[in-house]
Amino acid sequence: MSQVTLPPPDRASIAGKFLPPQEHVPLIVVGAGTAGCAAAIEAAKAGVSVMLVDENPVSAGLVGMNVPLYFGGRATNAVQTPERLVERVLEANPALAEAFELGVDVRLSTSVWGAWVKGPGLNHLGAGLAGLADEEKSWMVGFDRLIVAAGARDLNFTFAGSDQPGVMGAQGFHTLLAGYDAFAGRRLAIVGSGDLALQTAETALAAGLDVAALVEVRDAPQGPANRVAALAEKGVAIVTGHVPLEARGNAEGVAGLVVVDRGDADRRQEIACDTVVMAVGAVPVIELLDVLGARREMAPGRGGHVPMSDEGGATSLEAVFVAGDCARLGQDAAASGRRAARAALASLGKASSVPAAARDASGPAETNGQPEGDGLAYQLDWARAMLATGGEEVLACICEDVTRGDLLGVKPPRYLGWRSNAIARRDLVTLAGDGPVNQDQIKRLTRACMGPCQARRCREQVALMMAIGAGEPAESVPLAGYRAPVRPLPLSVLADWQESAEMDEGWNVWFGIATQWIGYEDIGTTREAEQLAAGMPY
Amino acid sequence: MSEKGTSVVIVGGGVTGLSAAWWLARSGVEVTVVEKGIVGFEASGRNGGGCTHYQSPLFHEEQRLWPEMDELLGYPTEYQRGRIIFQVDPRKERFHEGLSLRLPKGYDWEVLIPDDVRALVPLAGDNVVSGVRFHFGGHANPQRTAQAYAWAAQDLGVKILQHTAVRGITAAGGRVTGIETAGGTIGCDALVVAAGPQTGKLMAMLGIDLPMAPARAEMIVTEPLPMMPFTGVDGNGLYGRQTLRGNLAYGGGPHEWFDDVGLEDAPPKPSGSVTRSLARRVAELLPKAAHARVIRSWAGVVENTPDGRPVIERLSAPDNVTVATMSSVGFGLSPASGHAIRDLVIDGACSFADLSKLSLKRFDGLRGDWRVHLNWLPPEPVGAVAAGA
Ligand SMILES: Cc1cc2nc3c(=O)[nH]c(=O)nc-3n(C[C@H](O)[C@H](O)[C@H](O)COP(=O)(O)OP(=O)(O)OC[C@H]3O[C@@H](n4cnc5c(N)ncnc54)[C@H](O)[C@@H]3O)c2cc1C
Repeated sequence: MSQVTLPPPDRASIAGKFLPPQEHVPLIVVGAGTAGCAAAIEAAKAGVSVMLVDENPVSAGLVGMNVPLYFGGRATNAVQTPERLVERVLEANPALAEAFELGVDVRLSTSVWGAWVKGPGLNHLGAGLAGLADEEKSWMVGFDRLIVAAGARDLNFTFAGSDQPGVMGAQGFHTLLAGYDAFAGRRLAIVGSGDLALQTAETALAAGLDVAALVEVRDAPQGPANRVAALAEKGVAIVTGHVPLEARGNAEGVAGLVVVDRGDADRRQEIACDTVVMAVGAVPVIELLDVLGARREMAPGRGGHVPMSDEGGATSLEAVFVAGDCARLGQDAAASGRRAARAALASLGKASSVPAAARDASGPAETNGQPEGDGLAYQLDWARAMLATGGEEVLACICEDVTRGDLLGVKPPRYLGWRSNAIARRDLVTLAGDGPVNQDQIKRLTRACMGPCQARRCREQVALMMAIGAGEPAESVPLAGYRAPVRPLPLSVLADWQESAEMDEGWNVWFGIATQWIGYEDIGTTREAEQLAAGMPY
Repeated sequence: MSEKGTSVVIVGGGVTGLSAAWWLARSGVEVTVVEKGIVGFEASGRNGGGCTHYQSPLFHEEQRLWPEMDELLGYPTEYQRGRIIFQVDPRKERFHEGLSLRLPKGYDWEVLIPDDVRALVPLAGDNVVSGVRFHFGGHANPQRTAQAYAWAAQDLGVKILQHTAVRGITAAGGRVTGIETAGGTIGCDALVVAAGPQTGKLMAMLGIDLPMAPARAEMIVTEPLPMMPFTGVDGNGLYGRQTLRGNLAYGGGPHEWFDDVGLEDAPPKPSGSVTRSLARRVAELLPKAAHARVIRSWAGVVENTPDGRPVIERLSAPDNVTVATMSSVGFGLSPASGHAIRDLVIDGACSFADLSKLSLKRFDGLRGDWRVHLNWLPPEPVGAVAAGA
């Protein structure tokens, strides 16, 4: 016989506590951009019920937090009136009307903040599970198949003064201008000169805005010469071999951008503007795919960290498919959406009613948004030049007040006020001596990427800075993991106010193992039995 | 030790193994820590940071050491002294009575009325029913602490091999002679196994049955809020703290048992099934923070022995092996567990506490179906609602 006192059987585990979601749909499509709409329409035509979820228009609060895009505080009051924005979003995207007509269950101003499928540690999940939220509440929806068409967000590089209103990303700019009709700026300086930058400039000019300049780190503009020339003719200065040094500002935010010659810190010029648009590149939005645990790879030609997927958008997870920019920047989004829908339907044993059009064959389109130039090498050129000219005092992470120097020195956060010789001897180089640098580790030690914008403004530049500091290839820096909720949600919104009675009754602060909490002195005495009979202390 | 080896190999770069390495190095022992991933990347960097374990024989040493750890290590741990526990459920108004049975003599604490709670915890609301304040215990930052141990140990000459999983243990003449990794064998005079949930598997390589079961536990964290006068605040079924940056980091509630974890498995992910219930309870505990945005969640795998108590023991055969599993409560105790392991390795006995009741012997004759008996099993899938037409 064993002498051990065993606790009563476990009633505190998840078993039997988590209610299956009240809503279940065969197919959820995340993102109502070109790819997502095409996917939803294709599936609806085949007679499958589809829920199409998009967070746009987002609330004024999120616009202010730079979530999900880098809006940079240059929005008009229009973002305060959601009804008007909804109309505007529908106008800007005719495919949404078609989806509505086909009976797609379209949910606007709704974010998907997490998604899970059955697997180790998630054994209790029957079907796939998605967490949804609007301004008031969150809820769960079950799915058989999920198509993630979450698009791309902005690649950002910070510089002195870039934390003031008026510095924003190209995607954020485009959404405010075209999506919401709520852009508050007048005169732009655009950072970058590749396709994204040119498109940004062209859109701005067409909307009657002034474009003061394009700023390019390399010696020549990256985009097609004819488009660059056309812009120059309209008075846009093309400033090559330069990078942003400092945004000058006043009470309203940015009033000018000082740029500096990448090889000569004394050669500077100031560009008068109220807005600086970062248009160096875009980043596939893979948050949900990472939360799901889909396998991914570093593929600079597809935009960086992307899910591993086949032609049809199938991922390593049976129930999950990808389409559009989040799978591969610059591919023909509509075609990839249709392919993903067909593949998802086929995996459910349903055929598409529409034969695949020849134009849907995969491969990069000749259209917009391809990764600029040679991928990470181009991004590294920016990071290196901005570090060399701007120095180590510039913030690498705005939310958490972490400078480039703090990052390179692996310094504890400033609020600790910690100084010691021991810590002074530590930096990225010494850390790399212990094994390849890891962004999650740097996050924990310096707090870079830990803030409320969920690292949307700093993730990539921190990884690049780490590669530079540790002398490792940028491709080798592992992705800092994404965790739910992938949108910052208030406690009261995320809260489950309708959880099961079993959840409440069986809730324990830890494992609820009664024997674990018996004082050591009491083990094996009568006091042990008394305490076990009395139950857990609280 | 021999050219290819070291005096002591420690398997596991969590807080238990790292603290042991630091303590041994302080006594001049040559140590190599072998870690399958990065130091502190498993439970040791994913926990609540609580340092208040009055049930443990290591409690006095835990309480003695924490206030000195920053200085001893030379790196910050963010340790903060004291703990408040308060309840918002009227049924728990007299919870301090149960607590008082358990708190050891000589440690100062008091009952708080709701107004006292609100003065120290301004994010609390009108729903406070009662509270207690401990003038001992506290909390620290787990990630910073794990790295602090690692760096402090390195400063004393400890070698830390990251990304190196132990796959086998070599023995000869009734003693362990080394460990096997993909990169080859590392010889040693003594072995410490402090590999968290994998500890049982490693002991099995020596033919020793150390019963344990792994499970996942989760936490959520909000954006930073203004600092409260008091940051170590538990209650309403939650444990957690306000970090020194101002974030609220809280855990509690249902765990999920795993069948097994592999020797080289990657850390787990949060499940989504507890996240929302955690958010609810934080909003209830601290209603004035209900607007605060949750910006992350995380999960860790912890092991439990059948009675939920640690095993900290130097084996009798092979007698150069010391094993330590903290049975899901090992962060706060780590300054003391490392000290105990140092004593066991060097002197064969712990100098400051009786650990005899934590011996593996207590499980002799344990029923083979103990996991079934305790209901420590992965859940069955819940049925999906039929798809709508
Ligand atoms: C959500 C959560 C909250 C918690 N809250 C608290 C709390 O508030 N207070 C508290 O005291 N405790 C808490 N705990 C428990 C605490 O985190 C653990 O008990 C403690 O970290 C255990 O430390 P360890 O070093 O023994 O094990 P671990 O942290 O699990 O470390 C073991 C290490 O061994 C390595 N390893 C495993 N197998 C091998 C192999 N074959 N080769 C090489 N290396 C290997 C692993 O990679 C790991 O790094 C919590 C845990 C969780 C998950």
